[in-house]
Amino acid sequence: MKGLKQFSIVLLILALGEILQLKFNIPVPGTILGMVILLFLLLLRIIKLKTIENISNVLLEHLALYFVPVNVGVIVYYDNIKSQLLKLFIVLIVSTIVVMAVTGLTVQLLDKAIRKQKKGEKHESLF
Amino acid sequence: MRAFFNTPLFGVTITIITFLLGKYINEKTKKAILNPILLSAIMIMVFLSHFNIEYETYNSGGRLVSFFIAPATVVLAVPLYKNIRLLRKKWLPILIGITMGSLAGLFTVYVLCKLLDLDRTILISMLPKSTTAAISTSLSEQIGGIPALTMAFTAVTGIGGNVLGEYVFNIFKINDKVSKGVSLGTASHAVGTVKAMELGETEGALSSLSITVAGIINVFLIPWFMNLLSI
Repeated sequence: MKGLKQFSIVLLILALGEILQLKFNIPVPGTILGMVILLFLLLLRIIKLKTIENISNVLLEHLALYFVPVNVGVIVYYDNIKSQLLKLFIVLIVSTIVVMAVTGLTVQLLDKAIRKQKKGEKHESLF
Repeated sequence: MRAFFNTPLFGVTITIITFLLGKYINEKTKKAILNPILLSAIMIMVFLSHFNIEYETYNSGGRLVSFFIAPATVVLAVPLYKNIRLLRKKWLPILIGITMGSLAGLFTVYVLCKLLDLDRTILISMLPKSTTAAISTSLSEQIGGIPALTMAFTAVTGIGGNVLGEYVFNIFKINDKVSKGVSLGTASHAVGTVKAMELGETEGALSSLSITVAGIINVFLIPWFMNLLSI
């Protein structure tokens, strides 16, 4: 029963997200609105972590499984893309490298710059 | 036998069994390239085409499995909540890093798709590929892409990041733990996070934080980017 109660909370939040999305035509998927709503409920301590921790562990443990049927759907489009597989692969790999490099370098450089600045401020206050 | 294929039981059963098989192979070989989702999907595709079964027939059961994507997306808030304190110290570099990296990725996808003459539907389906599948597939639907293609692109992106991550860090001299974690989670979601966890605890925690943070940022960034370049 406990698991079922927890699951119904998740479903209600999901429904709220979906309804808000449809009602106000928000350009964000209802599932993600649901996620943001749950995050706020947790941060504001309206919902306690332990109230939904079990169900979230169960749902997330098998997350990868849920995507298999969607991926099988590629079969429907396979004839359209099979002549372009190499091109697709190139775009996917190159752009992934770009995301990794730019993200990593930006975080690293900004973090250094901010720390340097803080250090500078500290030295100044010594005088 | 045909009558059995028409029941949802067939779709559910073959999905779970091939997934377990894929997971077993992945764990035994420890090779990211043998990704459980892809292995399972390929096994099912081979089975379907061998027995001449329509995707829709399979999906009467597959749909039951897919249903759980939505509630699972909602509870992604839980690991985000648990890790959000990691943002406290370095939130500015992390948020700017994720935004710049994602933007650079979107731009690269756009330019390469134009150069290689790939059509608009493929371009749109490819834009959300760095975000976690829960976000990428629903975002794809929202912006007019094909969720099935986005799913496949998302899987390949995850594997790519996992396999190439360490080389990229070496070439670009990214040696800070936080930066590595954020980079892996932003570029290649949960599959990249597996690599981050191998590198260390800090890398792993920041990578898994970045999956959802990057997802949320991209939900806003991608429609804006499409508008900007009138895609």
